[in-house]
Amino acid sequence: MASLKQLCKKPELFSKGHRACAGCGESLAVRQVLLAADQPIVTVMPTGCLEIFSSIYPHSAWQVPMIHTAFETSASTASGVETAYRFHKKMGRMKEDVKFIAFGGDGGTYDIGFQALSGAVERRHKFLYVCTDNEGYMNTGIQRSSATPMGAHTTTSPAGTKIPGKKQHRKDIMEIMIAHDLAYAGQTTVALWNDLVTKVQKALAADGPTFLNVLVPCPLGWQYPGDRTIEVSRLAADTCFWPVYEFDNGRYKINHLPKEKLAVEEFLKPQGRFRHLFTHPEGKDVIAEIQRHIDAKWALLQKKAEVLG
Amino acid sequence: MILAKTGNEAMAYAMKQINPDVVAAYPITPSTEIVQIFSNYVHDGLVDTEFVAVESEHSAMAACIGSAASGCRTMTATASQGLALMHEMLFIAGGLRLPIVVPIASRSLSSPLNIHADHSDSLASRDSGWMQFFCETVEEGYDSLIMAVKMAEKCSLPAIVSIDGFILSHCMERIEALDEQKVRDWLGPYKPNWNLLDLDRPILVGPATLQDYYYEFKRSQIEGMRTALPKVQEVMADFEKTFGRGYGVLEEYRCEDAEAVALLMGSASGDMRQAVDRLREQGGKVGMVKLRVFRPLPHELLRKTLTRFKTVAVLDRADSVNSFVGPLYNEVAASLYGAENQPELLSYVFGLGGKEFSPDDAARILEGALAGRKDETVTYVGVR
Ligand SMILES: Cc1ncc(C[n+]2csc(CCOP(=O)(O)OP(=O)(O)O)c2C)c(N)n1
Repeated sequence: MASLKQLCKKPELFSKGHRACAGCGESLAVRQVLLAADQPIVTVMPTGCLEIFSSIYPHSAWQVPMIHTAFETSASTASGVETAYRFHKKMGRMKEDVKFIAFGGDGGTYDIGFQALSGAVERRHKFLYVCTDNEGYMNTGIQRSSATPMGAHTTTSPAGTKIPGKKQHRKDIMEIMIAHDLAYAGQTTVALWNDLVTKVQKALAADGPTFLNVLVPCPLGWQYPGDRTIEVSRLAADTCFWPVYEFDNGRYKINHLPKEKLAVEEFLKPQGRFRHLFTHPEGKDVIAEIQRHIDAKWALLQKKAEVLG
Repeated sequence: MILAKTGNEAMAYAMKQINPDVVAAYPITPSTEIVQIFSNYVHDGLVDTEFVAVESEHSAMAACIGSAASGCRTMTATASQGLALMHEMLFIAGGLRLPIVVPIASRSLSSPLNIHADHSDSLASRDSGWMQFFCETVEEGYDSLIMAVKMAEKCSLPAIVSIDGFILSHCMERIEALDEQKVRDWLGPYKPNWNLLDLDRPILVGPATLQDYYYEFKRSQIEGMRTALPKVQEVMADFEKTFGRGYGVLEEYRCEDAEAVALLMGSASGDMRQAVDRLREQGGKVGMVKLRVFRPLPHELLRKTLTRFKTVAVLDRADSVNSFVGPLYNEVAASLYGAENQPELLSYVFGLGGKEFSPDDAARILEGALAGRKDETVTYVGVR
């Protein structure tokens, strides 16, 4: 648990002046993650929005060491950096204890960088991987990823007259990562800053590789006004569209229990990317299927928390 | 110490003596053994290296970049499809000026799949900002790998050292191994220009650059390669002084009064050497120019050397599939453009996918060159 008072006193490691869109959820997440860390940290990021808005030469928003190599290489680059660190430590060339944080968009994590992530985690490199999940390839202009939810309009799963947006459900990356026998994995979203900060601290304290999946609303891609990012983020949690939970040493715990589990329409309505679902002839069925999927996943998660809590 | 070693064993042995800080690698025929043998050294505690058995060559090079950027002397080994899979990352290592060193057992590229020697893999990476060295023998491979570490660090450029797949990688030859301590002393510790893990001086490695700065970064990288040759030569001279084995950027064999010479890279130079001897016995004024350093391209030296001859047969162990000539020919021709006393240039493509190339084939090329034959743009040697 962190207090806002304490966090406010900490130096900003992700400085203002970067070029993210107004209301960018990803930039908020990165700032909160860096604020959470109490130790020296070294960071890695892939190609994507984050890299573009934080590192256009000769400017940099990073007050901590940062390396970017390519799009699918956040985890593999982190493998090399962390290995170098272990070498320096072994040879007595470095004294400080350093923590490593690798970021990745959902494209860089669920899709093109997935193999590298799975490999790095299997090899037990000690780093925290933070997926800033905005449910699409935003940097290249909002294309579908395997994190894009069913029904969403993206530029490669457009809301057409025949096909109303993305046809498939998202990939359950949390369960896939948990299946790698992680000591800690957590899912949260930017509205829940305290939960996010706590999860980062738990993950950094855990032994071995750890994983965080952070839902970061994207005003441009999700089509809502930039001042509603936190609200949309909260609606994702309160509809259980985005379950906020953790897997801590074999135990599942739900960290955010909505007072009243809202219907998914509450989350869909403010976003232009789902607008067509309310007019398209098949839209009703799609919304019903999204709700069914949410309910099934939520029930399963509750079971897990009950049995493995 | 005299040892009998295959090319792969010798490359792994060189790596043991180099004792790199980090190795991240993935197996592929015909270079697999380098990685296998080296992991034995790691597990038997004969090196200090942290070894990472990554899940792909793409990740191997990404991890190498991460490690080298974090102040570690870093190596991997690969070939063919592996180098092709690294392709994207090769440019990033080059652009970041990281002195990663990679022995490769050169092999053709699919399709069709083939595991045998040619230079398609490294030559397809020729514009990625890596130095490239080609070797004729196992011992030359061994020496070149050790030298490459020093060259790479001196020039802040990554380096590939090629031995031909199977022909050298799996062929046992006699090598005179250098004294391990002497090798380590000669190399000294790696002193990086900058280090991601320097917490007192946080840096951002690999920024985005737009129209305003990208070209300047690239121009500076280009300058790094442009000024590399004298540094490469210095290291060769230093190696010779220390270990008594000398290498040039290119090697002339019986070229003194030659009228026609063959220019080539890699193990086929051995066949060409025999062919030169044979023709010389019959009074043929022929010779061989073996090119050891392909990147940086020693264009001035090529020009100075090749303008002494009437005819130069350029042998490419790869083809550019450009409806014209092979990659080496292209670069040799460009080096000679505008020179006085231009030799006649003949283009030969040979040995793709390990196709047998014999001293007889080499002799026929020299005979053709002597006769000034030029009946086709390119002669595809030995193809059915
Ligand atoms: C190998 C490769 N393929 C494609 C691209 C183009 N590209 C750059 S960023 C990006 C999408 C990034 O999406 P994501 O990882 O979700 O991050 P976001 O920009 O949404 O934060 C793509 C497709 C690339 N840079 N490299």
